[in-house]
Amino acid sequence: MSQSYNRGLIEDFGRWREFSAGMWAWIFHKFTGWVLVGYLFTHIAVLSTAIPAASQDPATLAAGEDIYTTTIVTLESLLLVRILEVGLLAVAVFHILNGLRLLLVDLGIGLDSQDKSFYASLILTGAITVASVPTFIAGAF
Amino acid sequence: MSTQPPQQETDESTAETSAEPETESTSPGQQKRAAQKRERANASAQRQAEADAKAKADEETREIKVFRYDPEVEEKQEPRFDTFHVPFTKGMTVLDAVMYARDHYDPSLTFRHSCRQAICGSDAFFVNGRQRLGCKTQVSELDEPIRIEPLPHQDVVKDLVVDMDHFYEEMESVDPYFDPDETPGNDLEEQRQSRANREKVKMSTRCIWCAACFSSCNIAAGDNQYLGPAALNKAYRFAMDEREGESRKQERLETIEQEHGVWRCQTQFSCTNVCPKDIPLTEHIQELKREAVKKNLKFW
Repeated sequence: MSQSYNRGLIEDFGRWREFSAGMWAWIFHKFTGWVLVGYLFTHIAVLSTAIPAASQDPATLAAGEDIYTTTIVTLESLLLVRILEVGLLAVAVFHILNGLRLLLVDLGIGLDSQDKSFYASLILTGAITVASVPTFIAGAF
Repeated sequence: MSTQPPQQETDESTAETSAEPETESTSPGQQKRAAQKRERANASAQRQAEADAKAKADEETREIKVFRYDPEVEEKQEPRFDTFHVPFTKGMTVLDAVMYARDHYDPSLTFRHSCRQAICGSDAFFVNGRQRLGCKTQVSELDEPIRIEPLPHQDVVKDLVVDMDHFYEEMESVDPYFDPDETPGNDLEEQRQSRANREKVKMSTRCIWCAACFSSCNIAAGDNQYLGPAALNKAYRFAMDEREGESRKQERLETIEQEHGVWRCQTQFSCTNVCPKDIPLTEHIQELKREAVKKNLKFW
């Protein structure tokens, strides 16, 4: 074979504008998957360090002054955490819906409308996220 | 023609006479020849400019930008895009456009083509960001300027020609030929296929080995050993053919269920989207996955 030239970015993400629905679904699914894995481990780390520190004294627990409660209350008082929670919901909902879509694809059902089911999962994710905003943001200000 | 050339002539002749006393080493004849050469260059540049202007003014041309690269010529080792204005005719395909550019503007423009009717599978290009068959893509359906590049994820040999060796190796690795367990005693006897079975493999038989799907597949790009959509489709075509028999089918399933086989497919649907013969590649790969699972599942 003669020499060849590496065309660099055109080989991969340089042509992201031309990606089709199935490709975007794959990228979003990977991305949301990694975010969920990251969240899971953060979640485990935060809670597992907070629980042993919780006071066993019923009076402290009743007053809501134990370390576990104060940790959660402090976190929830931060606007950034509230926003991140909305983001987490969006990520989880998309991953669930696209996961159902992939289940159908694996079963060979409706492969002709795989792009429509991707758009549907995007729209549903958007709707659910928007609907959740009042619940998550309430009392944050 | 314009009146420009005669004027230039007088300009140059005056310049010539004024320069004469200083440069005695060059003979008047040489100078004259040099002047004529310059004049010719000017005239041809002007002609080119006029042709360009005319091409732009003329609505019935299409602008194509073609990827150029030639490792054998030093000046062409750095890839570039060449722009051609091709006269548009009704029904013109991308292949027609590059053929016109080659025949009328630049004979060194290199690309593969043969049948011009989407049968030979030679002319898959990357047109406006998508793998398409040049002879099956109407110029009228594309936005201008039309960018024509060689297939991504394959090494470029020259201009639009890519190295297909790896693709052919993948295709050969699934034994892409009919190979039944038992052949009829009489060699001349037909091996008949049921209509239903024919319908099942019909779409998969349409593959023309153009490598558009292989080029569009992200997984094939990252994993050199991945069989790729075209080869898996070939495997499907024969694994699903009932005439081959059960033991051959098991062998075929063993080939495709290996580490770099069907399970690498991440259902991005890129191959299905670009296939010029509308083969539902992802569907076939998914079915092979299910067949592979069924083969290995044992409930006792």
